[in-house]
Amino acid sequence: MKAAVVVFPGSNCDRDCKVAIERSTGAQVEMVWHGDTALPPGLDLIVLPGGFSYGDYLRCGAMAALSPIMAEVKAAAERGVATVGICNGFQVLCEVGLLPGALLRNAGLKYVCKAVDLDIVNGQTRFTAAYGQQRQARMTVGNGEGNFFADEATLDRLEGEGHVVFRYRDNPNGSARDIAGIVNGQGNVLGLMPHPDRAVEAELGSADGAMLFQSALASA
Amino acid sequence: MKVVVHVVLKPGVLDVQGKAVEAALHGLGWPGVADVRVGRTIEFDLPAADKAAAEAEARAMCEKLLANTVIESYRIDAE
Repeated sequence: MKAAVVVFPGSNCDRDCKVAIERSTGAQVEMVWHGDTALPPGLDLIVLPGGFSYGDYLRCGAMAALSPIMAEVKAAAERGVATVGICNGFQVLCEVGLLPGALLRNAGLKYVCKAVDLDIVNGQTRFTAAYGQQRQARMTVGNGEGNFFADEATLDRLEGEGHVVFRYRDNPNGSARDIAGIVNGQGNVLGLMPHPDRAVEAELGSADGAMLFQSALASA
Repeated sequence: MKVVVHVVLKPGVLDVQGKAVEAALHGLGWPGVADVRVGRTIEFDLPAADKAAAEAEARAMCEKLLANTVIESYRIDAE
């Protein structure tokens, strides 16, 4: 099993992601620089990590979406490679058009950093299969612009087609319909604001994030 | 050609910054202020044959980068 973590200037959860994936799945993880023009061959999982790519200039994720490597990530995702965007990575996936919607400034205007309890709304995705009968997960959020927005028709479609994967039990940022994470129509691209990479060992307060990486790589 | 692009959140998209500024203005003695929207201005020089050509190019830039049309609308002034 092989995974890649993309490193943008300003990413700050890239190494956390590498360690989290290695420890929870045993997969080999390669770091890929944003300026690279090719991904390593034979990838089973691509992760866009959290952080403040390009200092959040213009809009969160907007500049990263234009990085050279993103053309390759987009092509790989369209070929069906499992792709996960966490926090800033979710913002990048929306900006690049792999996921619908956008992330607005938090409704309370504050940066929110805390543990959140999530409902696993769809346990049948390739990112949630390992949760089995478990229908809740605890992870942490750390974001100032995590307020998921899409128009009503898009939200209805996301809910109707089972593309809402995670929902906040106590919405920390004003996200539409309490949405914390969504998948694309093909089911291979997941974006979520909470950090599974910060929840892979009991010592961190929760190990619920590990199953997300295990699911993603088991389905490869 | 001098181009100025104004980007604001679309009507219907909650502008929490705008709400906070509005509340502050009320507190400073302008209770009648309503519907504050906080946007972004992007200015640049652009070689262009005429105003229409500059606007067309600026529009393409907005669609590709300067605005996220899922949440934002834009207005272009070229002169």
